[in-house]
Amino acid sequence: MFAALARRLAGMLIVMFIVATMVFFLTRLAPGDPAALMLGEQASLADVAELRKTYGLDQPVIVQYALWLKELLRGNLGQSIFLQRPVIVAIAERAEPTFFLALLSILVATAIGVPAGIASAVWRGRASDQAVSGGAMLAASIPSFWLGLIFIQFFAVRLGWFPVAGYGPPGASFAERLYHLMLPASVLGIVNSALITRFTRASMLDVLNEDYVRTARAKGLSEARVILRHGLGNALVPIITVVGLTAALLVGGAIVTETVFGLPGIGNLVVSAVLRRDYPVIQGALIVIAGIYVLINFSIDVMYTLVDPRVKY
Amino acid sequence: MSAMTARSPVRLFLQRLFRRKLVLVAVIILLVIVLLAILAPWISPYSPTGMRVSQRLRPPSLTNWFGTDEFGRDVLTRIIYGGRASLGIGVAVVMCTMLAGTVLGLIAGYFRALDAVIMRLVDAMMSLPDILLAIFLVAVLGASAGNVVLALSIVYTPRVTRVVRSSTLVVRELPFVEAARALGVSTWRIMTMHILLNVASPILVQATFIFAYAVLAEAGLSFLGAGVPPDIPTWGTMIAAGQQYADRAVWLVLFPGLAIVFAALSLQLLGDGLRDMLDPKLRKAL
Repeated sequence: MFAALARRLAGMLIVMFIVATMVFFLTRLAPGDPAALMLGEQASLADVAELRKTYGLDQPVIVQYALWLKELLRGNLGQSIFLQRPVIVAIAERAEPTFFLALLSILVATAIGVPAGIASAVWRGRASDQAVSGGAMLAASIPSFWLGLIFIQFFAVRLGWFPVAGYGPPGASFAERLYHLMLPASVLGIVNSALITRFTRASMLDVLNEDYVRTARAKGLSEARVILRHGLGNALVPIITVVGLTAALLVGGAIVTETVFGLPGIGNLVVSAVLRRDYPVIQGALIVIAGIYVLINFSIDVMYTLVDPRVKY
Repeated sequence: MSAMTARSPVRLFLQRLFRRKLVLVAVIILLVIVLLAILAPWISPYSPTGMRVSQRLRPPSLTNWFGTDEFGRDVLTRIIYGGRASLGIGVAVVMCTMLAGTVLGLIAGYFRALDAVIMRLVDAMMSLPDILLAIFLVAVLGASAGNVVLALSIVYTPRVTRVVRSSTLVVRELPFVEAARALGVSTWRIMTMHILLNVASPILVQATFIFAYAVLAEAGLSFLGAGVPPDIPTWGTMIAAGQQYADRAVWLVLFPGLAIVFAALSLQLLGDGLRDMLDPKLRKAL
């Protein structure tokens, strides 16, 4: 088992290496000199040359690449052009809202997707099954930013149940900050529930046809116990997988949702970095987010072995 | 079924596809949206750029079904015109991803030596969220409609590559490919004539889904200001512009968004129907 996990770990590192390489060279395609960009329009040519030297931008690209990789391995993602601080610090400062937004959204998505999926599997082919399938497809067709704007208008502006935007005033309590995340998390959770619904339905359908489910019914267990313990219990592995996958996808969705709700998270950081062409921040965020995605996938693999003793590497 | 039927293959195809009524509804909605976009200059009630400041921010009425925007322009007209850009970008992305993904997938599936290289690259690209990779690419390339197409094509090509590769891996081992090889058919001809034709169905299914994703992603990019320039009406730029008037004129946001939902939903329903029909085995997996 450890050999297999080590192999997965190696594969993970290769993927991260490719991501880093891709991000580095794609950024070099961008028009404009980063040094000139950093100094602004008033800078003299001499100043620009000076700065190019400090940042090693006068070196051949391949040397810059090697240098960049070396720093990356030491955890240094470079310096933000506009924020006057290391990229890693800028990202760490913005991590909290994004983390809790993702966490709450995955809870919402699971709370919608798993029961809906179970219901449509149990009542297969009936009206409720069709309603769930249709609903899942509808959810996957709604742009999250648009649903966010509509929810803000309805639940925050008209009804006043939730704050319109932001993450609370500086020094706001944790509860207050979480309260600000309710509406964005609902939006993100609803939009991302579709995949969980469909997978839960499919894996429940598989399991409910198994012999042991028939046995459980035959020995007189209540239907609820049959479905939840014998059915859901055995369908957990694919469901955990898809919840994990959804968590990884949420990171992307969070970028747009944070912008709509004015949450000071990593997504907002990325969007403003894009608009200001703050390339080190964009690069750093891409690497961190790819890292999170790869880690989540790895954790799913590890969790398999914990949940399902049959899975052996 | 009897061996000889008088019906044409196209009719048979449609008959099977529309067995599910919802798929038929989806195709009708899609046709209406596409026709409106194509016929925009002839059927739009107003000019998409004609400003009438006296008529600004009017709620939906009999003269302006979807209301007017902050410059007094008719929202319905702009949605019809916006469909041209939004759907046009979607079509372009679909064509580019189909081409690039098919070529890469065939190569990866057929030539073992290149498989590892291509698939590692695909893995790496798929470890970045769609919208994030797209924002990054547009930031690097510059914001324009053409670059949005390029960026989204790069983002979605790995999906097609994966599907084509896995189908190719299956098909290449089938006896008829071996027979063709034994008969001395060239590799190029085997790949295009024998393998490509047999992996066409999963490609077609992917195409409809990618069309839906591209419409959604374009809207997201334009909304974030990292997409189509704001002066071109697309459903995304309309929502972005309407956002600041949302509490006074919610129709500026509501209707373009509904256009996106209808387009994406009908595309996904169509994709689902195609998948059901072309590959009943896959139905169980999803």
